[in-house]
Amino acid sequence: MADSGVTDEPGSKDDGHRAKTEGKELTKEEKQRLRKEKKQQKKNKEKKDEKASQESEKKRNREEKPVSAAAPASQPPTQPSTQKVPAPAPVPVPVSETPALADKPAKSKAELKAERRARQEAERASKQASTSKPKAPPSELQPVVKRLPEHVQVDNPGVLKKLAKKLERQQTPGCNAATNVKIPLRSDYGYKVSLFSHLHQYSRKAPLTQQLSIPSTVIHPAIVRLGLQYSQGIVAGSNARSVALLHAFRQVIRDYTTPPNEELSRDLVNKLKPYISFLNQCRPLSASMGNAIKYIKKEISNIPCQCKEEEAKSQLLSSIKCYIDEKIILAAKAIAKSSIEKISNGDVILVYGCSSLVNHILCEAFEKNIKFRVIVVDSRPRLEGREALRRLVQRGISCTYVLISAVSYILPEVSKVFLGAHALLANGYVMSRVGTSQIALVAKAFNVPVLVCCETYKFCERVQTDSFVSNELDDPDDLIVTRKGKTQLEHWQDVPSLGLLNLVYDVTPPDFVDLVITDLGMIPCTSVPVVLRVKNVDQ
Amino acid sequence: MRLPLLSFQVAADQQGSLTADIMELQAVLMAAGGGSRMTDLTYNTPKPMLPVGNKPLMWYPLNLLERVGFEEVIVITTKEVQKMMVTDPKMKVDVKMKLDVVCIQEDGDMGTADALRHIQQKIKTDVLVVSCDLITDVALHEVVDLFRAHNATLAMLMSNAHEFTETVPGQKGKKKTAEQRDFVGVDQSGKRLLFMANEADLEDGLSIRKSIMRKHPRMHIKTGLVDAHLYCLKKAVVDFLADNKSISSIRGELVPYLVRKQFSKTTSSPKIKDDAENQNQKTNDGSTNHELLISSRDEPLLQLAQERSCWNDHRGDMSEAYHGGKLRCYVHIIDQGLCCRVNTLAAYIEANRLAPKLFEEPAVHPSAVISERCQMGSDSIIGALCQVADKTSIKRSTLGNSTTVKEKVKVTNSIIMHGVTIEEGCNIQGSVICSNAVIGRGADLKYCLVGNGQRIEPEAERTNEVIVGTDQLMEI
Repeated sequence: MADSGVTDEPGSKDDGHRAKTEGKELTKEEKQRLRKEKKQQKKNKEKKDEKASQESEKKRNREEKPVSAAAPASQPPTQPSTQKVPAPAPVPVPVSETPALADKPAKSKAELKAERRARQEAERASKQASTSKPKAPPSELQPVVKRLPEHVQVDNPGVLKKLAKKLERQQTPGCNAATNVKIPLRSDYGYKVSLFSHLHQYSRKAPLTQQLSIPSTVIHPAIVRLGLQYSQGIVAGSNARSVALLHAFRQVIRDYTTPPNEELSRDLVNKLKPYISFLNQCRPLSASMGNAIKYIKKEISNIPCQCKEEEAKSQLLSSIKCYIDEKIILAAKAIAKSSIEKISNGDVILVYGCSSLVNHILCEAFEKNIKFRVIVVDSRPRLEGREALRRLVQRGISCTYVLISAVSYILPEVSKVFLGAHALLANGYVMSRVGTSQIALVAKAFNVPVLVCCETYKFCERVQTDSFVSNELDDPDDLIVTRKGKTQLEHWQDVPSLGLLNLVYDVTPPDFVDLVITDLGMIPCTSVPVVLRVKNVDQ
Repeated sequence: MRLPLLSFQVAADQQGSLTADIMELQAVLMAAGGGSRMTDLTYNTPKPMLPVGNKPLMWYPLNLLERVGFEEVIVITTKEVQKMMVTDPKMKVDVKMKLDVVCIQEDGDMGTADALRHIQQKIKTDVLVVSCDLITDVALHEVVDLFRAHNATLAMLMSNAHEFTETVPGQKGKKKTAEQRDFVGVDQSGKRLLFMANEADLEDGLSIRKSIMRKHPRMHIKTGLVDAHLYCLKKAVVDFLADNKSISSIRGELVPYLVRKQFSKTTSSPKIKDDAENQNQKTNDGSTNHELLISSRDEPLLQLAQERSCWNDHRGDMSEAYHGGKLRCYVHIIDQGLCCRVNTLAAYIEANRLAPKLFEEPAVHPSAVISERCQMGSDSIIGALCQVADKTSIKRSTLGNSTTVKEKVKVTNSIIMHGVTIEEGCNIQGSVICSNAVIGRGADLKYCLVGNGQRIEPEAERTNEVIVGTDQLMEI
């Protein structure tokens, strides 16, 4: 403890000084700390009194360096910064022999301990001032409560009320705090399966536009159009949604004029917030869209204040174009180039659903005259595989089409599986269209390599190990199908115990994925956090 | 059906970002029509100001636009109507939107497309054209959503018509379907407009091009639809109209042209500009020789998004979404609800019956003086400043403003306009009495139409007649 005392002090002296200089910022925290210290001191004094008296009795015969240490130590420990900290840790070393002095050294030991604790607290406080995460002080054991994001708390009425208020109040700051941009709240539809009751479930027949005015003044028309296209499924697929979003933002930026007393860099970001809530209500944002929005917001806030509006706008427009070119178009080219090395003559490749990236890869491989054939696996209710089938056959690639129920039948013929991804999570899990994890599982059982193709802009810092926590519920009426004139599920809402579940995404564990092909190269699934770290450092 | 009031909050000031330049839609109300199919009613009162349920006819589309959220409307009308609009109490008080009135000549040579060309300078963005004689409670967002979501060039509204059941005054004999039918072809989803022609234009029979059949093998052709004359048009169409002066009617010429143009070879191919020169020689619509250029800013990005999207509007063939066509026409067909175009006498009577049910207004105007011994049915409407004496019976009728009804009068199933005086003992059944007419004592009118300012002599007995002045009879 003596050594620790030595190392403590010079450091703590500096910290003490720092604490003093940062005194104004730290006053609140400092005051809290001090209050806690005092309480602890009182407790500890009582404890240490007993201990000290025991110890002093035990070590009565020991020599101490005490008196000089004791004397300054007896000064009030509540002003650690103003003191010259007493020389080493005679503090813990037991002090005097005499029982007469037992009180004083006991007190002084307790005081010294309290003093050291105060110093440590000050150190910690100053460290916390530099980082932004408040941590519970280690002496107090608190359970760490993780705050859930609002979009997965739909079954909590308190959270819903808060969300409704937030949408109402999405304000544009500025001279008039009274101007509100009110985004209507879309209401849930139908009975939700209890396991997913924390998610939203909307009906396609009740679009958000019926609550908006028709010449949409509150929300830019390009954004209204985009929201409609999302909710009706006209723009579907991670890449398409991001490109359409950026296209709409380009329109918004072009039509934007800075109000008189505002700065573009701050005002434009606030303008975009209600648009983003609107789009979120139409269809929950995808991970790629989230990353694109973060990028745009960063670009906008990085615009220097003295920049003229025209220049700023053209700079933003070109940076958006750049983002699309780099992260989507060039990334697709790079991924195609790497993937083509993995496709050899005579391959039978299995694809699932319609992934724009995988289709692009296969078309490029076909251009390079590699002889392969494709098996397209499809699933209800979206039946996206038909679109993939059309695109591949149009190029001349020979294809087979099966439904997902036949995947274990067809898999012995398959040499490789290429899957697209909606997002790659930070723990290596692949989030993709529902059914992908099934395909990966069966492929693993048959020892068929599974390759996931994903651009880096879809990498997400979320961590998920199951498909329940965060997912998307599509319109349950999509599951209703009419065969031979009969629609069995037509009145599903009248049956109280029946719920229709139309999930959109699922997560595939990294054990089933053999390789992830990104524009940074071919990496194993577990390297995703590394890529994320590298990306953050870059930015 | 009760209409909900849409409550939404529009930004108090413009917030600097949404100025008039990027309005999404501009509303244009066509109120210059002459009412050529009901001259008995309109020879004195212009059609837009005919009272329906004691409100002027053009109030209904204006109210629809206002409810939906429009703040400004361009009204194309005649000077006469403009004067009447200014003095009419309903229009002044109830219509809160800003009306930009554009007057055109009354001679009736100007068609709706000509009118649109006339105001081309005012049109800065896509337009919503409404006719003044439309009474409807449709959810307008359905039509506009089609226009927005599919980036359509034209979106229109149609309704499944029903037969008029009331007897029309002045009609001799069974009602014949004098109007020629409209053939409307839609695709399987019922939204995309594939074919539109009027019977008058089809000489030998209905012929459909093979290219259309190849792209849309299943087409539903409907004949019983009523066109509501509500169109969402892209701005490019208005610019196209400015160049092509030969198109004069939106419904008669422009819409069929656009529907045909969806499938013409040039608009399907991506290179529109290259073919523009060739088109001048190859055009089969001889009158129109300027191309409808449909493009938008950031065209390549839009293309990229469409390419990457895994959505297609049809399946079974090898083409991409929309078959690669840029010009698209959509229609929203409503089955339920009210959608009525008041352009014939029968429609006018029907509208008077149905329109008051749309709104929650009291049937009897507070300023009307109704004596207690009067029997009034619950579906009668009494206008302002009416005076109804004792022992009268008013059932299923509409009384206009400032009408005087004396004792012992029986009014059933009729429409009485403003300023009419009905003396004692009259019996009016199934008739339409226009403004300022005077019905003498003891007259008995069944299924008659009495024109403006006419006097019916006492003790007259008329059945199924149209009584108008001699000066009107001279008009052709």
